[in-house]
Amino acid sequence: MSGVPVLSVRDGHKRFGAVHALKGVSLDSWRGEVLALLGDNGAGKSTLVRCISGVHSLDEGEIRLDGEVAALSTPALARRAGIETVYQDLALFDNLTPSQNFYCGREISFPSWLPRPLRFARRRTMDREAAAVINRLKVKLPRLDAPVALMSGGQRQAIAVARAAVFARKVVILDEPTAALGLRESRKVLDLIRQLRDEGNAVILITHNMEHVLELADRAVVLRQGRKVGELKPDRTNQQELVSLIVGAEA
Amino acid sequence: MAETTREPDTMSGSSDGESRAEGGAAVDAALRLLSFGPMLILVLLIVVVSFLTPNFLKPVNIGNIMAQTAVIAIVAMGQQLVILTRGIDLSVGANLALATVMGGLVYKATDSATLVIMAMLASGSLVGFINGAVYVFGKLPHPFIITLATLSICKGLALELSINHTTMRGMPEAVTFLGETSRLGVPNSFFVVFGVALFVFVMARSMIWGWWTYAVGGNPKAAVEMGIPVNWVLVATYSFAGLCAGIGAVVLSGRTAASSPLYGNLLELDTIAAVIIGGASFLGGRGHLGHALVGAVMIGVIRNALNLLNVSVFYQMIAIGLIIVIAVEADVLRNHLEARARASQATRAQ
Repeated sequence: MSGVPVLSVRDGHKRFGAVHALKGVSLDSWRGEVLALLGDNGAGKSTLVRCISGVHSLDEGEIRLDGEVAALSTPALARRAGIETVYQDLALFDNLTPSQNFYCGREISFPSWLPRPLRFARRRTMDREAAAVINRLKVKLPRLDAPVALMSGGQRQAIAVARAAVFARKVVILDEPTAALGLRESRKVLDLIRQLRDEGNAVILITHNMEHVLELADRAVVLRQGRKVGELKPDRTNQQELVSLIVGAEA
Repeated sequence: MAETTREPDTMSGSSDGESRAEGGAAVDAALRLLSFGPMLILVLLIVVVSFLTPNFLKPVNIGNIMAQTAVIAIVAMGQQLVILTRGIDLSVGANLALATVMGGLVYKATDSATLVIMAMLASGSLVGFINGAVYVFGKLPHPFIITLATLSICKGLALELSINHTTMRGMPEAVTFLGETSRLGVPNSFFVVFGVALFVFVMARSMIWGWWTYAVGGNPKAAVEMGIPVNWVLVATYSFAGLCAGIGAVVLSGRTAASSPLYGNLLELDTIAAVIIGGASFLGGRGHLGHALVGAVMIGVIRNALNLLNVSVFYQMIAIGLIIVIAVEADVLRNHLEARARASQATRAQ
């Protein structure tokens, strides 16, 4: 872990009215590393993630990408900066096909001299590219031309992760990607996460599943009540310590 | 290790039970039937009506239906886009009335057909833009509210601005031309419907604007997260619905050679009915413009047929109301079937 972290949050604060959701959180994330972001419900994990992915913006503090202060005030800017997020609710469009879901918001289009909304979609190019990615990630889908409304939970999850995989250039954030999945489908998503890491992305993984943390995470950061309360390299020996950090019972 | 765990997965899709696959196929077929349902009903309706009254299929009558349906069809296509984004535009009728009055006032000042048409289109689009902008930037919970307000405002403005607060006679020739019948035997207004339909078709299917409209309708929250300019998509949608009302105003003024604050009465209901009857969904992001067209024609055919059969106007209203209920129930059924299809897909994936 030498050099500059690809993503670095410095002393981030976020308030929602009277609620002080983030109280000065700092966090670094390196390429080729899976960082587990742990904490009980309401610890501020999702808020932190949403600040990084541009849905919220920090009230104080800064976010640096490759050492430079980045303005991530909208999801579009964050995505353009190379940060992809797999949201807990997947952010899929049930009425659209897998490839339309993939390219939503960054459609391949022509001619380039027109303003984007007035350009024409290159449907076939997008279908072909999406099929190639789905193949590369060994995701199995029943049909590529049907709306995703007709697909199972695991298939939908795979589409959401694959979408992040296509466009991620720096950071991939996954918010409880296996929460709603069965054993086999979880396996598949974990494989995908490994693949994302091996392709040189910094992966930030939010999960409640300790087994997954031990298996995948190179580092774990624990949040509690909006503060970072611990950071360690998770393994079998310090699993108990990790759990006590999360629930706040060190004593 | 990772490789071996993948092996069973690649098998699982094909190894499901026969009965499950059959159930899925039945649901698939039912879903397909539902999506073509309105079209089938329309064809059936035309067949039945032409047996009941021989006058129905006469070219003159067909031309009549086209002319009467033109305005509803054009405005319904704008309404369809709004409904696609989970919204509703109650102001289209009053918007159309105000647009004709604006055109009429410009005609009093100048003979220029271009200026008259521009005035109507601009008035319609501006009202639509205001609908969208207030809905989005005023952070209203539902577009119902703002379009109800502009309905009232437009109606009041149209009545106040029109001379003697009533119908104003006269339109430039280039506008009344739309009320005439072309050499092909179809009303000229039909070509306007065709033009708008062609644009909406290309826009919805191939333009990024159209794709974003479907995305916003399908999942507004995800659209924000994926970086789509949701607010501007909505403003564009309502502006376009307003523009369609403006185009409808030109066509209606052309047919009647007049402008009136009384035009477009209950047009919002007709257009919403057309969209629903045509088989669009209120759940957002589903359906294509064919729905609005089929629905508009169906309303036109039903009205015309009941007229020919000497059925009172009151029964016509009741009939259309009943058809709306049936259409909405079909939408509910479709969602139920989609849930079934998803469930069977999930069991197949296990």
